[in-house]
Amino acid sequence: MGEMKLLLANVDKPDSEKLETFRAAGGYERLRKALFEMKPEEIVEEVKKSGLRGRGGAGFPTGIKWGFIPKTDEPKYLVCNADEGEPGTFKDRVIIEKDPHLLLEGIAISAYAIGAHEAFIYIRGEYEYGAQVLEKAVEEAEAAGIIGKNALGSGYDIKITVHRGAGAYVCGEETALLNSLEGRRGHPRIRPPFPASKGLYQHPTIINNVETLASVPFIVDKGGDWYASLGTEKSKGTKLFSISGHVKKPGVYELVLGTPFEELLYDIAGGIREGHKLKAVIPGGSSTPMLRAEEIAGVLLDYESLQAAGSMLGSGAVIVMDDSTCIVKAVYRMAKFYEHESCGQCTPCREGTRWIVQILTRIMKGQGRMEDLDVLLDISEIMGGNCLCPLGDAALGPLVSGIKKFRDEFEYHIKHGTCPVGG
Amino acid sequence: MRVVIDRSFVSDKTWERIEKVMSRYPEKRSALLQVLHIVQDEKGSLDFEAIKFIAKLFRLPPAEVYSVASFYTMYNLKPVGKYLIQVCTNISCLINEAEKIVEHIEKKLGIKVGETTPDGKFTLITVECLGSCGKAPAMMINKDYYENLTPEKVDQILDSLS
Ligand SMILES: Cc1cc2nc3c(=O)[nH]c(=O)nc-3n(C[C@H](O)[C@H](O)[C@H](O)COP(=O)(O)O)c2cc1C
Ligand code: SF4
Ligand code: FES
Repeated sequence: MGEMKLLLANVDKPDSEKLETFRAAGGYERLRKALFEMKPEEIVEEVKKSGLRGRGGAGFPTGIKWGFIPKTDEPKYLVCNADEGEPGTFKDRVIIEKDPHLLLEGIAISAYAIGAHEAFIYIRGEYEYGAQVLEKAVEEAEAAGIIGKNALGSGYDIKITVHRGAGAYVCGEETALLNSLEGRRGHPRIRPPFPASKGLYQHPTIINNVETLASVPFIVDKGGDWYASLGTEKSKGTKLFSISGHVKKPGVYELVLGTPFEELLYDIAGGIREGHKLKAVIPGGSSTPMLRAEEIAGVLLDYESLQAAGSMLGSGAVIVMDDSTCIVKAVYRMAKFYEHESCGQCTPCREGTRWIVQILTRIMKGQGRMEDLDVLLDISEIMGGNCLCPLGDAALGPLVSGIKKFRDEFEYHIKHGTCPVGG
Repeated sequence: MRVVIDRSFVSDKTWERIEKVMSRYPEKRSALLQVLHIVQDEKGSLDFEAIKFIAKLFRLPPAEVYSVASFYTMYNLKPVGKYLIQVCTNISCLINEAEKIVEHIEKKLGIKVGETTPDGKFTLITVECLGSCGKAPAMMINKDYYENLTPEKVDQILDSLS
């Protein structure tokens, strides 16, 4: 347990983004092994064995997802989700900017495994620098004959295209992403059909997060069993954690899953700012329920442990709040985010997120009523599980946990019209 | 139907970029977001003439292109200042005093969020998480990131822009 650098092994080297740096560290040898020594099914099998789960937030087992691709002759696509819009998340950016070839290698291997000859990297519009780094890497790798037609002389063709988004969090949701990639408004699609049977241009499509795909070369290199030897029973391998907020050393750290939360918070990220005490953490990005300071004692950073603690591992975005934080304001700000990002396609989410913001605005202005708190919880009951895409549920994470765990603070705002911590 | 496209609406360099992305996808329409970016790069914003130009390229009704463009926050459908200041006020920046940064810029430039200075130099807006949460508070000016902001640092940055 603790820190271990697979994904981050190269990022601190000078010129880490260049092809020769990557190759000097054994880069693209895993692609060579995949293309020359392994059948696509064998790669899927190794990934299944590895226990790798999606790093984009939902944690779905990657090998099982790949297994849903039908064995037909129609075109198939791989899409790399580099939208990274979940507040608190800044982990994929490190790989994109500092080790783009690792991502390309992961994409090429994964595309080969699912039988795709075309892959897209959907990168959030704000990461224009990252998009340029990736484009340059694609050109370099194409010119060197590593990807493109007849990759590494294997006879396998793989074309990779970098596609920039334009500022819409919901496009990180995989079916909205597909619509956006087709040149449309980023509205999530109704499922079924799932993208693995009808995705991009109505053809079988796999969507995976940057970090998920960047983990694949290590599995090909050392085997699924080796990868599965890292971590806990249900959470295998290493995971990037982006920790921000009131810690001394915010940043991106790679940990073996199952590392104690307190080790990340105090040993690795340096602990809370001088003169302050921990108040709450959001462990997995703004959609995941917050935990009170005392609730993280003994909790491990893995899928099952965080779930048992009442939250989620999510994207691995740990947001740390010390005693200077006004929870009401934090919840209000996150509610504004979801209201702004709701695509408006379905009523519970469109109206629910609006009402939540209106009521929280009233409380923030000192005009709240005591019954507002139950109204907010009622709205969340109506929204929960009744929305077309998971954004509607995501909006409830901070709200419900905030009210349930810091109800006294909300009540103080309503009673006194002011904030107990001066927020 | 023959559609006449007036190439001179954009520079040769922009036209080259457009042609390149439009041939990159299995289906042409997929290039729409990229072409909107490319035209905005040259023009600064997307007015109705720009929308009509792009609509012709894709053989789509202008209303359809406008509908797509208006869904995404990064397309400026109204003119903006020479420098578009985008301050993140989402959670990690909020708890690292992003509001102070916003107030400081408002005072310094004499405008409120959403406004443009009378000389057309600066537009100030607040935005959602930029993926710089570890270096909060953060902002972008046009396409460049500025992180770990303090009021003093903001002064230096804004004063250096001509
Ligand atoms: C509103 C919303 C936003 C999302 N944003 C992202 C994102 O920015 N990046 C990402 O990889 N997954 C995001 N996801 C999850 C994707 O829908 C999808 O599950 C993921 O890309 C699958 O890849 P994985 O299995 O490798 O994690 C988002 C989901 C929702 C509902
Ligand atoms: S839940 Fe919200 S974001 Fe998702 S489809 Fe419905 S309105 Fe759109
Ligand atoms: S919250 Fe401001 S950059 Fe992420």
